[in-house]
Amino acid sequence: MTWEEMLPLLWPATLETAQMVGWATLFTVLLGLPLGVALVVFDRDGLRPMPALKSALGFVVNVGRSLPFIVLMIAIIPFTRLVVGTTIGTAAFVVPLTVGAVPFFARLVETALREVGTDVVQAAQAMGASRTAIVRKVLLPEALPGLVAGLTVTVVALIGYSAMAGTLGGGGLGDLAVRYGYQRFETLLMIVTVVLLLVIVQLLQSLGDWVARRLSHK
Amino acid sequence: MIQAYGLRKQYGETVALDGVDLHVREGEIYGVLGQSGAGKSTLLRCVNLLERPTAGTVTVAGQDLTALSDAELNRARQRIGMIHQHFALLSSRTVAGNVAFPLEIMGMPRAERERRVAELLELVGLEGRGKDRPHQLSGGQKQRVGIARALAGNPSVLLSDEATSALDPATTQSILALLKRLNAELGLTILLITHEMNVVKSVCDSVAIMSRGRIEESGAIADLIKTPGSRLTREIFPLPEPAPAGSVTLTFTGDPTRPVVSEVVRKFDVDLNILGGSIEDLAGGSVGRLRITLEGADTGPALAYLRDSGLIVEEAAV
Repeated sequence: MTWEEMLPLLWPATLETAQMVGWATLFTVLLGLPLGVALVVFDRDGLRPMPALKSALGFVVNVGRSLPFIVLMIAIIPFTRLVVGTTIGTAAFVVPLTVGAVPFFARLVETALREVGTDVVQAAQAMGASRTAIVRKVLLPEALPGLVAGLTVTVVALIGYSAMAGTLGGGGLGDLAVRYGYQRFETLLMIVTVVLLLVIVQLLQSLGDWVARRLSHK
Repeated sequence: MIQAYGLRKQYGETVALDGVDLHVREGEIYGVLGQSGAGKSTLLRCVNLLERPTAGTVTVAGQDLTALSDAELNRARQRIGMIHQHFALLSSRTVAGNVAFPLEIMGMPRAERERRVAELLELVGLEGRGKDRPHQLSGGQKQRVGIARALAGNPSVLLSDEATSALDPATTQSILALLKRLNAELGLTILLITHEMNVVKSVCDSVAIMSRGRIEESGAIADLIKTPGSRLTREIFPLPEPAPAGSVTLTFTGDPTRPVVSEVVRKFDVDLNILGGSIEDLAGGSVGRLRITLEGADTGPALAYLRDSGLIVEEAAV
């Protein structure tokens, strides 16, 4: 296979992966961030202790985390059809990607928020800050470097998940690797795909590290 | 200004506060002295209800805090400043941002906020450092930011939780001097907890000595010094305790330049031996303490003369 033949395959596949991961990242943040905050706030020694609710949320998160992604993807097909109306194509796979990444990201958010010292939280309470103000003005800004680091890990994990989604009709670089690399023995294309994924992950990780470092004022 | 009655705090089986009463008068600096684990930190945190006491009431500036709803309590807390041992500054904000935090909570408009922040930074001697990050400051400067932040809402009361314990001696003195100045200039009532006698000696008007969840002794320092057998007096002065049998301990609170001791030796038939003594500068003035032994025919009248001269005379049993 020549470069001229590979390029028209690689470019759209890369875009599909970017689309899947991009949308899934957006929805993961929108759902996972509040979930992570809830895990901290409702904790036994959180801002608003509600141990029963916290246990329930923790259980749901653990269920989500314990399912291998390929199993989860298949198991929630009915839900995907309900949300998107179809179960194939790039858009359809944003759903399982999000469902798979939300519990993962929520745990990382929880860990990052727990890193915030109890002394600053109590100082804010002593100043008469409401719970909402403490979450918005203390917990989230203080944890921001950790949140960015967690998001970077999540995005990298999503790229991995998206390759699996590719095998079930989601398109993207994973789909390319299976169809050409595995089924047609196009070794060169396989190698190029691998290198491309490596470069993308490296770049994202470096970007994430750089942003986290810029935000940290310790 | 601060009144607490019958405060009890229990964590499961552990009793942190065991029936504590506290009366802090307006405009005074009140120190709670005790070792770690004595319950002083719990006591301080009960004053702004960071810890809710198991029993008892807390009144600050005439308001019974234990009776307030969450929202009312938050409003009341905006009028009670607090500073912390490890400063508790937000690393995500600049110095100015940290001082502005309580003003944002109060809903003050931005322009007014900026003016107030500049004013507060000047008050604590940090003018021009507003754009710095907390990690760029020294410990003493961080505590000054903490103080500026605590004063943002014009509080009538400042609570200090071991605010100088993480600082070196020179910085401690400069922070204490600042607190003293704010107390004098703003009429700020300060309740501080500390394990350092030095803090009590340098700034406090009144003191409570805590141990195992109870207040063992409390009152104005000037009064406690004059009370024979007071624990505060024993702890302030570096004389061996208990006093050796037959010794006499004199406490001078009045004019320290009057040569009473030589007067006694000249007027009465006694020999006097000095075992030890020192003079300590307290917030209210100098106080001296001298341990002696007396021998001779006239020891009784000599001691009576010392008492009449305004000294506190404590005789150790023979």
